[in-house]
Amino acid sequence: MEVTQQILQQLVNGISLGSIYALIALGYTMIYGIIKLINFAHGDIYMVGAYIGFFAITQAHLSIVPALLISFVVTGILGMVVEKLAYKPLRHAPRISVLITAIGVSFFLEYTSMYFVSPTPRTFPAMFGDVAVTVGGIVINGQQMLILGITAVLMVILTYVVQKTKTGKAMRAASFDTETAQLMGIDSDRIISITFGIGSALAAVAGVLVGVYYNSIDPLMGIMPGLKAFVAAVLGGIGILPGAVVGGLILGVVEAFVSGFVSSTFRDAAAFAILILVLLFKPTGLFGKNTKEKV
Amino acid sequence: MGSMLELKGVNVYYGAIHAVKDISLTVNQGEIVTLIGANGAGKSTTLRTISGLLRPKSGSISFEGKEIAGVKAHEIVRQGISQVPEGRRIFAEMTVMENLDMGAFTRKDKDGIRADLKRVFELFPRLEERKSQVAGTLSGGEQQMLAMGRALMSRPKLLLLDEPSMGLAPLLIREIFHIIEDINRAGTTVLLVEQNANMALSIASRAYVLETGRITLSGDAAKLAASEEVRKAYLGG
Repeated sequence: MEVTQQILQQLVNGISLGSIYALIALGYTMIYGIIKLINFAHGDIYMVGAYIGFFAITQAHLSIVPALLISFVVTGILGMVVEKLAYKPLRHAPRISVLITAIGVSFFLEYTSMYFVSPTPRTFPAMFGDVAVTVGGIVINGQQMLILGITAVLMVILTYVVQKTKTGKAMRAASFDTETAQLMGIDSDRIISITFGIGSALAAVAGVLVGVYYNSIDPLMGIMPGLKAFVAAVLGGIGILPGAVVGGLILGVVEAFVSGFVSSTFRDAAAFAILILVLLFKPTGLFGKNTKEKV
Repeated sequence: MGSMLELKGVNVYYGAIHAVKDISLTVNQGEIVTLIGANGAGKSTTLRTISGLLRPKSGSISFEGKEIAGVKAHEIVRQGISQVPEGRRIFAEMTVMENLDMGAFTRKDKDGIRADLKRVFELFPRLEERKSQVAGTLSGGEQQMLAMGRALMSRPKLLLLDEPSMGLAPLLIREIFHIIEDINRAGTTVLLVEQNANMALSIASRAYVLETGRITLSGDAAKLAASEEVRKAYLGG
């Protein structure tokens, strides 16, 4: 009983953490899907999102939901601006140039943030500290409920947008074959911009949720979750939306189990071991198909 | 029967490769015009340039009197030119219906879209039977029909067809070409690129022959089909 309970408890912890990875991984995978770029600045976008949420709560004295909304919108716009200034001019450049630019954007966001908000970690105001539900000895605290609830809502909305709306269908079409999408009258630049907007907005929500969960944010907080979410996206099959979600959840659960039953020292190692295993045995990821390179 | 599309002295490069050399051609309203020639002659490049996927280095392309050289591909569709690309290029992971929706992406007139969808299903009844099927699971012939239906959903004035016969069985090719004639009779002007010169010349009113990026012959399709030069080079004797 004791062991079962522990396993279930770690599962809850893992799914909460995994939801955060999933939200970040979705942006990675959407952006990769459409311009084949691993946007290494994505983790830093998530950091900026966390700070916007932080200031919305501490300076503007907003509650969590409006703070999430503001961070969602402002960071989404930031993502679109970054794309326009840094990546759009390189649309016809070799992929490696864009990749190096992404690393540059990452440093730019990290150190510009440090300049403005100082490198000192900030304490995120505590929220629902004493709210918790206990089901059969398993504790689900307020922050976890918030994370799970918000993530679920966003997934439903995203699925609806991508599957049912005209813009969502255009995103899928452009992601499958940009050139043919243009022949349909789809402005691929606009679709790419929207994709950056949505991906960045989702990362921002993850940033605020992490602030609430761990109570601490700093300008370099995006590096590790950014890499982990990249692993999650690759694990699920990069470019595939459900893959990013499943990859994120698996990664979160594995990390929770490793830190709960082995040692938290090995938590990060577990994530990267997964990356190595995926690249060795199924480079296209869990949901990936062996697609032919387009000519 | 004024000229609808007019290319004058168009040159296109792929990097250092001069793929299309000083091409001039005209397509009149209501015609089927074909562009024939061997693999690599520059036929697809010409169509891709008209559609705005490639930018000509020099020369002019005018459509209904408006200059369109250098206009972006997604805007050219709005002017009334739609392309069925080589190799069909359907959105394989989307359903048949979603593919057709994408064809109507530029339009907002719901009634008009519904009417055109009905027409596409009349031309290609098999697409209606398979409308919720994922497009990648269609046969080659059905995919060609879907690519054509998708292009028609923008209600184009000029339809560009790139190798519609590619990889299809002779019976299917005949069916597809009949449908091209039907589409034309209903009022859509057609510019057809083909390696299957026999079929193309049989339905076209005029033809241009491309050789290594240059137009070497042009004129009445029936006369070209009868000419010694064309028969030797493209019609197998």
